[in-house]
Amino acid sequence: MSNLIKDNAIVSDEWARVTPPSLGEETVRKQAGKVVLFKLTGEETFTAEQIAATQIPSSGKVLVPFTVWLANKKNLSERMSQGEVGLLIATHEAIENLISEIEDINAFPIVAVYVERFADGRIFTIGNLLRTRYGFKNELRAVGDVLRDQLFFLKRSGFNSYLIRADRSAEEALSSLKDFSEPYQGAVDNTQPAWRRVSR
Amino acid sequence: MYKYDAIDQQIVNERVAQYRDQTKRYLAGELSEDEFRPLRLQNGLYIQRQAPMLRVAVPYGMLSSKQLRKLGDIAKKYDKGYGHFSTRQNLQLNWPKLEDVPEILAELATVEMHAIQTSGNCIRNITTDQFAGVAPDEVIDPRAMAEVMRQWSTFHPEFALLPRKFKIAVSGTAQDRAIVQAHDIGMEFYKDDQNQTAIKVWVGGGLGRTPILGTVIREHLEWQHALTYCEAIIRVYNLHGRRDNAYKARIKILVKALGIEEFKKQVEAEWLHLKDNPNTITEAELARVAKHFEAMPYDNLPAHDASFDSTIATNPAFAAWVKRCVHSHKQSGYRAVTLSLKPHGHAPGDATSEQMQTVAELSDAYSFGELRVSHEQNLILADVKLSDLFPLWEKARVAGLATPNIGLLTDIICCPGGDFCSLANAKSIPIAEAIQIQFDNLDYLHDIGDLELNISGCMNACGHHHIGHIGILGVDKDGSEWYQVTIGGKQGNDASIGSVIGPSFSAEEMPGVVQRLIEVYIQERTAEERFIDTVRRIGVPPFKAHVYAATASKAQESTNV
Repeated sequence: MSNLIKDNAIVSDEWARVTPPSLGEETVRKQAGKVVLFKLTGEETFTAEQIAATQIPSSGKVLVPFTVWLANKKNLSERMSQGEVGLLIATHEAIENLISEIEDINAFPIVAVYVERFADGRIFTIGNLLRTRYGFKNELRAVGDVLRDQLFFLKRSGFNSYLIRADRSAEEALSSLKDFSEPYQGAVDNTQPAWRRVSR
Repeated sequence: MYKYDAIDQQIVNERVAQYRDQTKRYLAGELSEDEFRPLRLQNGLYIQRQAPMLRVAVPYGMLSSKQLRKLGDIAKKYDKGYGHFSTRQNLQLNWPKLEDVPEILAELATVEMHAIQTSGNCIRNITTDQFAGVAPDEVIDPRAMAEVMRQWSTFHPEFALLPRKFKIAVSGTAQDRAIVQAHDIGMEFYKDDQNQTAIKVWVGGGLGRTPILGTVIREHLEWQHALTYCEAIIRVYNLHGRRDNAYKARIKILVKALGIEEFKKQVEAEWLHLKDNPNTITEAELARVAKHFEAMPYDNLPAHDASFDSTIATNPAFAAWVKRCVHSHKQSGYRAVTLSLKPHGHAPGDATSEQMQTVAELSDAYSFGELRVSHEQNLILADVKLSDLFPLWEKARVAGLATPNIGLLTDIICCPGGDFCSLANAKSIPIAEAIQIQFDNLDYLHDIGDLELNISGCMNACGHHHIGHIGILGVDKDGSEWYQVTIGGKQGNDASIGSVIGPSFSAEEMPGVVQRLIEVYIQERTAEERFIDTVRRIGVPPFKAHVYAATASKAQESTNV
């Protein structure tokens, strides 16, 4: 049974997620240096060796981490044009920096945002920016520590698909998309606040 | 005050259903402890030392008598018959059962109340001046904007899981009473030179482990942009605030690290994208909400009332109460009244179910059925006729609500502390009670005059100890409880953070320490000086010398024995 919700229905997942190998080394974590203090503290990043050693399946639809995509941009261009390459970004990767490396974000049929921990609310701002500032129109998916209680907020932040964490039921999560019928404020899914939508 | 329409009511009803389901899943083992935590916290439920603690939202401190009656009923039915009013104008129940909380929320929803976002890493209850709408020095009544902001921040999808809690205060007076400088965002409303409502925006203030007063990020913001400008600030914080260390996660740390100039640059850049989006407030929406806060149907009264004047002259106890607990009002012949929740020897800010019923009756009889909670943890009847003050006082006195100590040393601001709170390093209520007993002499108290004493049981600073003229902080030293003392803190326009006077004290020493601080003040003060003025003029050393001279001689005595 698939654990993927897309547009209010449970569907099968066509995208294979590409993961760099661990190489058995100690995990590299960005240091809390002055420059990166508030962006990358403590979060896992992939080394150049890991990126180089990443195996990308030669056929089918693949969801590729941003750094891996950047390193393989040329090799992947053919498959990009066939709509077989999706982009995977993590919440700690500064979206405003990534976007300058991408000519056309809509060349990706899907962008997935990986959230390591439920409590990491950066995913909401990233979704919002992708939709409202960078004009992304295709499938926007939340992956990682995705549980039903984030879904309503994710939907309002511009996401339209959700890969529910493997140990939880997507069936049960579905209902939470309808937790609130008339939210107060304007957001991505409905830009009008309650007092502009209805006569109060 | 604001009355719910169908949309408001639907949101709280849907919240009750959602939380009922979350609790059911947790009790059935479908949600782990870690997964349930952020959910219950966003609903004000902490798991505490003795039992869960439920924090009920009192938006910007406004309550109707009907709501207070319901709170009294709930405290009786689901708790031990009392509640605690907090420094953020909320009501805390210390002993509810986790399984009962959905039912409590359902009862609250029947009186247009909830516990949404009263804790957790989200935008919390928006607080303001307890005299909003009636204060003579008020320029703009901030309550309509506070309500607009309450609605906007409720389940704001982008800011549902921030790096840390986020507190906003609004104020519309010349003399700040909302401590806007000690909030993540402080909004000071004023009339600009075009006579338009404008906002001075403060950012990055906060008490807690690292007390910092806010910095002005924008001198002039048109009121229409209040929400979008907050969105810009909180978006920069959401993306770049630290998430690796809870102690460094508040916006104040980000503002300090980037510097206000860089932070402002980022916020303004973000705001260029957000400005004029549909969350921009319209005249019509502000007017719709402001209708709920129109002036009460006051009688036309003269500025003086003969019976009031003669009672003042003949009844010293009543006169003492009026001096401390009755406040000026913009309407002729009316006064605002503070009902003290600080009787000597009782937990500051606590009210029993019976007291809540009494206050509800008093507000129905004398103050249009409304009341307010102050951040100093007292209750306010905002619109009382001069001629009603005496009967009000007599009834309040019977209920233990008329201690004439508002603004005095025993009007102690105090968190629940180690008796209840699992975060606390030390007890705070017994310290407050011991100090109240030490100073249980009204003449002496009145002679000492205006003095704010704040106690927090840990560095999270719920008792706002940093801005107390005398601040007491519970600390843990090798597993035992000690108290660190600061002096010179202050709220208001000239806010300041207090300075630590020296090594900490044991609980038993505390009343004596406060006594000695007062002795220095009494000796050094000029005729007009309040305690805080003397501290500012002569500095910490004379106080320190006297306090530690006493403890040193005591230590000497005990070694001699």
